[in-house]
Amino acid sequence: MHIDPLEKKWAQIVLAICAFFITIIMIDALFHSVNAPSNVETINSAKLHLSEEFAEDNLGVQIDEKGEITIRMVAGRYSFFPKKITVPAETKLTFRWVSIDVLHGVHIPMTNMSTMIVPGFVAEIETSFPKPGEYPVLCNEYCGLGHDHMWSKIDVVEKDQWQAPQITSKGGDNK
Amino acid sequence: MNDMTERKLALSHMWVAFIAFILACFMGEYQVLERSGLIEALDSPTVYFASVSTHGVLMAYVLTTFFIMGFGYYTASTSLKTPVWNKNLAWAGFWLALAGVVIAAVPLLLGLASVLYTFYPPVQAHYAFYIGATLLIVGSWVWCGIMIMMFLQWKEQNPGEIVPLVMFATTMNAMLWLWTSAGVALESLFLILPWAFGWVDTIDVGLARTLFAWTLHPIVYFWLIPAYTAFYSFVPKHAGSYLFSDELARAAFIVLVVFSLPIGFHHLYMDPEQASGWKLLHSVGTFIVSIPTFITGFTVIASLEVAGRLRGGKGLFGWIGTLPWTNTMVLSVILSLLMLIFGGWGGLVNASYAMNAMIHNTAWVPGHFHLIFAGTTVIMYFSIAYYLWPILTKKPIYSNNLALVQLWTWFIGMSIMTTPWHVLGLLGQPRRISSVVYNNLMTLSWEPYELLMIMGGLVLVGSACLFIYLIFKTQFGATTEVYEAEVEYAESYHEVKDLPEYLNDIKLWNKVIAVLMFISFGIPILQFFFLDTYDSSAWGY
Repeated sequence: MHIDPLEKKWAQIVLAICAFFITIIMIDALFHSVNAPSNVETINSAKLHLSEEFAEDNLGVQIDEKGEITIRMVAGRYSFFPKKITVPAETKLTFRWVSIDVLHGVHIPMTNMSTMIVPGFVAEIETSFPKPGEYPVLCNEYCGLGHDHMWSKIDVVEKDQWQAPQITSKGGDNK
Repeated sequence: MNDMTERKLALSHMWVAFIAFILACFMGEYQVLERSGLIEALDSPTVYFASVSTHGVLMAYVLTTFFIMGFGYYTASTSLKTPVWNKNLAWAGFWLALAGVVIAAVPLLLGLASVLYTFYPPVQAHYAFYIGATLLIVGSWVWCGIMIMMFLQWKEQNPGEIVPLVMFATTMNAMLWLWTSAGVALESLFLILPWAFGWVDTIDVGLARTLFAWTLHPIVYFWLIPAYTAFYSFVPKHAGSYLFSDELARAAFIVLVVFSLPIGFHHLYMDPEQASGWKLLHSVGTFIVSIPTFITGFTVIASLEVAGRLRGGKGLFGWIGTLPWTNTMVLSVILSLLMLIFGGWGGLVNASYAMNAMIHNTAWVPGHFHLIFAGTTVIMYFSIAYYLWPILTKKPIYSNNLALVQLWTWFIGMSIMTTPWHVLGLLGQPRRISSVVYNNLMTLSWEPYELLMIMGGLVLVGSACLFIYLIFKTQFGATTEVYEAEVEYAESYHEVKDLPEYLNDIKLWNKVIAVLMFISFGIPILQFFFLDTYDSSAWGY
């Protein structure tokens, strides 16, 4: 079998390129916790209204005793509920998304707040928004003929201008 | 050898492929127009999503599968110098797959299957759509069986001899497709069909997505391998030189096939139902599968450089100008590689795990796969057709100059269409919307790019029509001239000797794939049987 020396060199360069990319991804994932949003946590999408966590009066922004902010959102054809929420900039936020019907995806453009919302699962994602402003929240997976209309808004305000909602006892813990 | 049946087989398959292609091209242009909102009368999500679903099915399943089958039958019989094994079976496969296409087309065109070509449950289509798609796959399995039979029979009759590279690649592709389609076949047979017939009420959405992800990546290599086969086996001779390395070509096909399979989770990076460890594992494989493409780029460019220098090219880049740019095969490989460089770069962004969040399900993604599939891959389908049509019909090509114009316009149109498409994705535009109704200033920045895409689409439709015109005129035009040439495959620059058996057989690789698939998909699939999952009922759309 014959392999040209030039080809050998090229193969080594290619291996080095791939190793370089993989190393960066691994360092980020394992040491800096930069991960894709995984959360193998099941939920009965047909009975969300009966669930403790995603019952209607429990949705939206909540802050617990430790000051951790959790935002619980429900995706359903054709909007995200609650339709408008306000969160502080430069603060760690934990979003928890569930679907009441079909497959949805949610993306806040220009941010890394992106996840699929699969019926039967709770999608969880941690992020923080560096800049205040009004951001659109878009459904990015085809969910039916009204898919175009599936969007809502999120207001990001300066950290010191944000008013925390009352600390509630129910559902504040990330179970 | 009387190869009448083989030629008829190849032409029949390829005509189905290209008729599907031209219909889908017009749908594509309609979609980009509808989506832009430029013509108010066109505005209709019902028609748009029926069209997108049909466009996707025709391009991704019909064009590809039929082209690959026709190409495989003819290259197998000419490279092995034997008739196609069991021709009646081959025709049965053809009719089965065609029946599947027709059965799926009816609900698609009636708007009863507007679930897109990825048909993600729990949105449910008419059951005829799933039956049709399943029949198409079963028909293609017939082709896989025939290719593998011919490969094994030839090896038995020619012990110790080296299988021609083109046949090695085609057989690897047949094996790849069997493995690839198993994922969607499992999803279809065990989850979707019983649910679409109403035998069961609910469907496990997480499991369905996982099985579809099994298919979703290697399927693109199934489409790509004929293009790579042309790179290696046709291009060198057309350029007037030799294949730089036969051995590395085989190695490239092997790595391509083996590592395209256990990496489907890069389609699920943004999904909750698979843990990050599995996604990381699949991301490593995703980078490994880029290696054979880097190697292919090198080998093909090296073969071209040898050709350019043999034709008198001097200096570092002088050989580029001396290449036979008026040969359709040579021109197409140059344009194809250019699109591969940009498309591959975009692919590395998609592959990059957490970075995927930036572009996931945005307009970037269709921009990427149009560039790499409709660009890199389909332009090679064109030049393969330009090469094979005169041989298959025994009539000379209608016009080589028009064929060159067609290839150039396809490249230009694709560049004009996919560049703004990528930009739109970075500007936050989701894919799969039929109109922009977001009441937000951000959407103003999208408008100029949508106009550019319409222009690019128009150029592409024109180019596609010219292609159909050329192969039609070649086959049915009035000419008394008889074209007598036969298919020729590239010869290796170095004589191939002492080829290790693992570069000449598929058995070992079949086992390696089985192990890798078990490692990367075993627990992720089994978890759905241990977790307390809640299935979804069917939803309309």
